[in-house]
Amino acid sequence: MKPFQYTRLSTQDLASGTTLRDSTILAGGTNLIDLMKYGVEKPDRLADIGKLPYAQIEESDEGLLLGALVTNADTAYHSAVKKTYPLLHKAILSAASAQLRNRATNGGNLLQRTRCYYFYDTAMPCNKREPGSGCAAINGFNRIHAILGTSASCIATHPSDMCVALAALEAEVHVLRKGATLVIPFDQLHRLPGDHPEKDHNLEPGDLITHIQLPTEGFSDHFEYLKIRDRESYAFALISVAACLKVSEGKIEDIRVALGGVAHKPWKLKKVEKEMIGKVASTDNFQFFAERLIQGAQSFGTNDFKILLVKRAIVRALNSALNPS
Amino acid sequence: MLNIGNKQTRVDGPQKVTGKATYTADIAAPFYHAYVLQSTIACGSITAIDTTAAEAFEGVKAIFTHLNLPERLKNKVDYTDPLAPPGKPFRPFYNNTILYNGQPIALVVAESFEQARYASKLIKVTYEEKKFKGSLAENLKNASADRAPEPAKNRGDFTKAFKNSDYTIIREYRQSRNYHNPMEPHATSVEYNSDGNIVVYDKIQGVASSLKYLKGVFGLGADSVRVKSDFVGGAFGSGLRPQYQLFMATLAALELKHNVQMVMTRAQMFSFGYRPEVIHTMKLGCSKDGTLTALSHKTVGETSTFEDFNETIVDWSGLLYKCDNVNLEYELTPVQSYTPLDMRAPGGVSGVYALECAIDELAHEAGIDPLEFRRKNYVDYDQNENKPFTSKELKACYARCEEVFNWNNRKSLAKTDPHLLLGYGMATGSWEALQQPASVALSMNEMGTFTIKCATADIGTGTYTVMSQIAADKLGVSLDKIKFKLGDTAFPDSPIEGGSWTVSSVGSAVAAICEKFQYRIFDVWKRNNPEYQAVAFEAISFQDAKLKYGSKTFAFTEIMQQASKDELSIAHSEAPADGQDTHSGYAHCCVMVEVTVDKELGIIKVPRLVNVSAAGKIINPKTAENQLLGSMIWGLGMALREEGMVDSRYGRVMNANFAEYHIAVNADIHDIHTEFVEEHDDKVNPLGAKGVGELGIVGLAAAISNAIFDATGKRLRKLPMLLDDVLEV
Repeated sequence: MKPFQYTRLSTQDLASGTTLRDSTILAGGTNLIDLMKYGVEKPDRLADIGKLPYAQIEESDEGLLLGALVTNADTAYHSAVKKTYPLLHKAILSAASAQLRNRATNGGNLLQRTRCYYFYDTAMPCNKREPGSGCAAINGFNRIHAILGTSASCIATHPSDMCVALAALEAEVHVLRKGATLVIPFDQLHRLPGDHPEKDHNLEPGDLITHIQLPTEGFSDHFEYLKIRDRESYAFALISVAACLKVSEGKIEDIRVALGGVAHKPWKLKKVEKEMIGKVASTDNFQFFAERLIQGAQSFGTNDFKILLVKRAIVRALNSALNPS
Repeated sequence: MLNIGNKQTRVDGPQKVTGKATYTADIAAPFYHAYVLQSTIACGSITAIDTTAAEAFEGVKAIFTHLNLPERLKNKVDYTDPLAPPGKPFRPFYNNTILYNGQPIALVVAESFEQARYASKLIKVTYEEKKFKGSLAENLKNASADRAPEPAKNRGDFTKAFKNSDYTIIREYRQSRNYHNPMEPHATSVEYNSDGNIVVYDKIQGVASSLKYLKGVFGLGADSVRVKSDFVGGAFGSGLRPQYQLFMATLAALELKHNVQMVMTRAQMFSFGYRPEVIHTMKLGCSKDGTLTALSHKTVGETSTFEDFNETIVDWSGLLYKCDNVNLEYELTPVQSYTPLDMRAPGGVSGVYALECAIDELAHEAGIDPLEFRRKNYVDYDQNENKPFTSKELKACYARCEEVFNWNNRKSLAKTDPHLLLGYGMATGSWEALQQPASVALSMNEMGTFTIKCATADIGTGTYTVMSQIAADKLGVSLDKIKFKLGDTAFPDSPIEGGSWTVSSVGSAVAAICEKFQYRIFDVWKRNNPEYQAVAFEAISFQDAKLKYGSKTFAFTEIMQQASKDELSIAHSEAPADGQDTHSGYAHCCVMVEVTVDKELGIIKVPRLVNVSAAGKIINPKTAENQLLGSMIWGLGMALREEGMVDSRYGRVMNANFAEYHIAVNADIHDIHTEFVEEHDDKVNPLGAKGVGELGIVGLAAAISNAIFDATGKRLRKLPMLLDDVLEV
């Protein structure tokens, strides 16, 4: 890999913010180091945030505050997560392998990069890796690619499972920006590719994710995380569905559905969810909801199957959430 | 207690699990590290290659390209290895021509691996690119039987018999390209000695192959190079031929006069051989009662543009079932890629996949249970060669598998999940039981420890263990008195470890040399004890490291104190017995599987796999079961997971990593059961043992495909079978 300068940040370093602005942030390293070996990421400076004080999970009246440096494994197995946010527990454990979850951090999970085959191969054109070089995936292999919110320059997906659950739960992301904490609704953290697929998210250089705030409502009675993939473990989602329901007398009181594996960000439409409030929680209505949620979906050849599959997956997940076994 | 037949734990197990087993990349010496830069186009030529920045990078010692390859490596140099197929072997850096995407085009040697890797990225390459001509499907017009070996002879009149059959099927089956991916990546560590000689540690399935290649390419004499390979972390055929890292590390070591190590990255493991993509056309006919009357199997496989890699694929269709009218055709199509390479049960896996799917389809057409159909067309002699088998207990496999799997009551098993469709499938599997000539040397020390040497390999199969077991029993000593040594060109010759023939070949040699040494002990004993001059060899026995005669015992160590130094060492070469070619040797198995298919989501799972095998004498049921399990799991991977994704625009493998090239993982494997039936074989080799390294993967993909049909009513006829293939059932 390209030689780089390594700094381990202390709390004092944070105050100035300069190091963060000029550096690539290293947390668990499970994605970044890999990308550096491939030559996809070529940072001159790494700022290791591993010793910063964001490695706790704190319970409060506002919900659960997940430190950005808590590992995915510790988050998934935290008693409050298991009890109140079983959706998040399930989503995290569906991801990667035990070894990776033991090392990967919550903040890093949010900022992991796409698994697009062409993004990973520096010999191939990729607008995300090399803006302006073109997109080889659109007319190439796109089995793991997006069907929603794509652009002519990029059809990559965000690969996280955890983020799909966080989107469904409507978590908030706490970001340290110029010494102050900025609260970003989860929906606004990631972005669609548009003409700038090199930008995965809306953070600015120097920003540091410090926490993820889970709201008090965890939908622990009616939830499902359904992940469909090409093998039973250690594979990224072809499609995943995080579904949450609140039902009263057979009618939908609240519904949250976020999709993974279909877009550049977890796909969730508040407007469509709102339309469902008060309707009967039935397969027919779930089907209607699925159609609305993926309206405008477009596929690219080897991911054609996703349009049918995602609809069925949404219905399955909502039915499972409705009738927990 | 006898060791043969025991579930003996691996003698090298403790070394492996404690990290003390030194694999090629573990060899510790002050090495320079080599890293290969690969082409990013599939076809064309290099017009310029600028290494200035890379050469200037910290730690870089040398860069090799086609521009500075030593002249002596270009003229009258033999790049073949013992298993090279017809054609011209790939010659690294020979000229500026690009033959495939991912071709090694420069070698960077530096003080550290990371320095070499990064410096390689500083090399600027300019190409004149020609359009990639596509994969197998786009090149079928170039398919030719001339490039392929002739299959087994046709027999009867297929066309007429097919026409007159009551039920017929014509089907096409496709298999995608598979990559080996042993756990240990390919590596070579070259120690350069002050006298100019080199010791080469190579990942290889037979050190003799590396040695032959090094002699041919670098003109090294037998005294100036020694090849060693103590441990191999899985190979599956990927180590049958020397791979390019051997060339690279040796080139750099000789030119720089320094120790050099090259370890391939996982991505680079996709830059050489693979199980080729093939397309099968099957035409089968049977009579109303299910008698197989006509069978035609045509296969077209891919090879490279420079070598005609071939496998025995279609012959299996002439072998497995009784059929009088058989037509077999095999063609090769060159594509712009590296040459394919034997992969676990090469050819057998492919041929039997197509055959066993087609048999299932025909049985279904005829309305006959697939197991019954196979029994009906059972054959007890080799129709391709017109010879009897050395042994064939496949009927017993069918019966036992039927019982263990509960095949006859399979449909009554209750469904538990309304979303799931349940299906059951089966297939027959088979693999050759061959013996090759092998040589061994044995010596005994004053402590009564026996050292046996042979240039064979242990690619994870258990050679160390099994050979120790055989020797311990034959010599009448405990296992800890046997030190079996392998993987060194200084040891007696061995066949390469492949073809599931190591137990049969090296094992027979070990058994024979131990018997020979019994006579040696016997002779010395008589010499020193004149009173026993008249005792016949048959009157004595060997137990507990002692010679026993009547009630008297004599410790080997005491007897051999009187032996001369020469008498303590012995050499032996064993070859298949004359007349062995009058019979055909094969191991057989029956595999049954249960699948579930999610009706709406297409997710395919395999809750149950049962394999019952007949493989002669099983020397070590534990390592044999390991082999069966591993090959069955790979069979599942082949059926449902593995696909080398070659982009038809670039000729480039786009999933050259473990995240996207899906081998089966633990979570994919549920109930898996293996058993062996009794099979007595006094013809196959002196041990009566058949190898099981490959058997378990043969037929498995077909059994899963057949089970998916049973569940969904859909014949997929392609590998791998993915969830979207069954989404619209």
